[in-house]
Amino acid sequence: MSTTYSGAVAAIEMQGVVKRFGAITAVDGLDLEVPKGICLGLLGPNGAGKSTTMRMLTGQAVADEGEIRVMDHDLPGDSKEARALMGVVPQLDNLDVDVTVEDNLAVFARLYRVKDVRGAVDRGLALARLEGRRRDPVDELSGGMRRRLLLARGLTHDPPLLLLDEPTVGLDPQIRTELWSLIDALRSKGTTILMSTHYIEEAERLADEVALMAHGKIISRGRPSELVAQHAGRETAEVYAPPERLAEVRAAAEAQGLKVRPAGPAIAIVGAERATDGAIPSEAIRRAASLEDVFVLLTGEEAE
Amino acid sequence: MTNEAAHAPRAPQMRRLEPAAIGGVMSREVANFRTFWKATTFSSVLEPVIYLLAFGLGLGSTIVNRVDGLSYVEYVGTGMVATAVIFSSALPAMFGTFVKERFQRTYDAILAAPVDVEELVTAEMLWIGLRSGFYGCFPLIVSMLFGLDPALGMLLVPFFCFFTALGFAAFGIAVAASVAKIDQFNYVTTLVITPLFLVAGTFFPIDQLPQALQVAAQLNPLHHLVELVRHACFGFESWDLLRVAVLIGFALALWRVAVHRMEKRLID
Repeated sequence: MSTTYSGAVAAIEMQGVVKRFGAITAVDGLDLEVPKGICLGLLGPNGAGKSTTMRMLTGQAVADEGEIRVMDHDLPGDSKEARALMGVVPQLDNLDVDVTVEDNLAVFARLYRVKDVRGAVDRGLALARLEGRRRDPVDELSGGMRRRLLLARGLTHDPPLLLLDEPTVGLDPQIRTELWSLIDALRSKGTTILMSTHYIEEAERLADEVALMAHGKIISRGRPSELVAQHAGRETAEVYAPPERLAEVRAAAEAQGLKVRPAGPAIAIVGAERATDGAIPSEAIRRAASLEDVFVLLTGEEAE
Repeated sequence: MTNEAAHAPRAPQMRRLEPAAIGGVMSREVANFRTFWKATTFSSVLEPVIYLLAFGLGLGSTIVNRVDGLSYVEYVGTGMVATAVIFSSALPAMFGTFVKERFQRTYDAILAAPVDVEELVTAEMLWIGLRSGFYGCFPLIVSMLFGLDPALGMLLVPFFCFFTALGFAAFGIAVAASVAKIDQFNYVTTLVITPLFLVAGTFFPIDQLPQALQVAAQLNPLHHLVELVRHACFGFESWDLLRVAVLIGFALALWRVAVHRMEKRLID
């Protein structure tokens, strides 16, 4: 298998991976490589196959076709060995709510074969900034604290690879920013991160590279700025007007070969810098093209 | 990107049924059990007291005098060990497994660590077996307060309970991995568990049952546990080694069924 990023060795390699659930093909010929030391954002709408991809990487789903290699271990045969080298932060909170914060960490330190369980618990508490709550049951923690604990639990064994499945879904903006700082610190430390998300801003802020996923396969991949330049150009014009007026503006823009996408109550004309002869009305709001433009154009889904 | 984490070596080869994985899963059970052990212990003590008062003293003093040469308190007290074992193994395994798998998503978290389904099931069985081995003895202890004489053979009762509970824990896990909704446990409780404990020889001797039920009772692991416990209290028989073998065989067979069913349920 080849590498794609600065000649680095891949932490995750998936080739031609297919996963079906009955008549539904959740992952459809997925090729994905995650070089060691980067944060790759797996960005896609709900149902794109991101969670199934994550489950295949942890051995909780077995591919029907294709090859998967994680940290030099072939899956599913060497799945246990691969899991020893990865931390997983799930989308859903599955902490033991009646058990204390430190016991939640200690159990996972043991599951990950950490020799110094006490030391791992202390490190986890420090990472989650929960030293003062170590003996409190989890159900007494706030949502943000629980999310930090979930992250710390996945890191009790200081893994070189971290899988984050929608790490901030459903959280309020303040807690989300808090978690982003923690994830960013891990990225700076050199931990390889594969992060599935459907939040554009999350991918833009944290990911070195973004892989856009739809209908079970990667439809585009690159650094966020590269993806924007490639698919959305430099400038986007947003037009807010009554539906009849929007239809006229859309027709005029499309006549010039410009891409137009819905943007809530407005339309967004992508690549507006190429428009001529009044295709962009004067009332339009011009802004720099964004990853959101790319996401909506390529997936056909509204961004969050 | 040149830190140690980015250049981590391969993980060492891992074996099947690693003690560290099984111990890790059991340590989670212990951590949870510390939050509800008082309620479990309370009911484990009080239930046999109520049964002994109702059946042993009530029924025993009015209708039934002696059964198989034993006072009815001795007969029921020793038989109730089996009741305690099935209710502290099959039911917690059924409900606990279903809740952890479906509602709490605990198994998703555990299986993301280097633990496989076989280790998970084995750990759950062992923990339930240990718990039942301990709580299964409570009816005997309570019966002593009602007049049952201590005997050296009673020291083996926790082991008999443990082996039996392993099988019923595996049964509960397999059931939980096979049903679509938690309500379906009602069928299992009514059609399997209740008949098993009624025809185990707990409250009445099985030789008073129709021939077909007597044969069926010989296939009932709980009946063998009841017999072993009574013999531990009042004198072993040569057949008892075979009874122990039946209980171990039952546990081993159901272990494999439980692992298979859980693999089907947990691995897509």
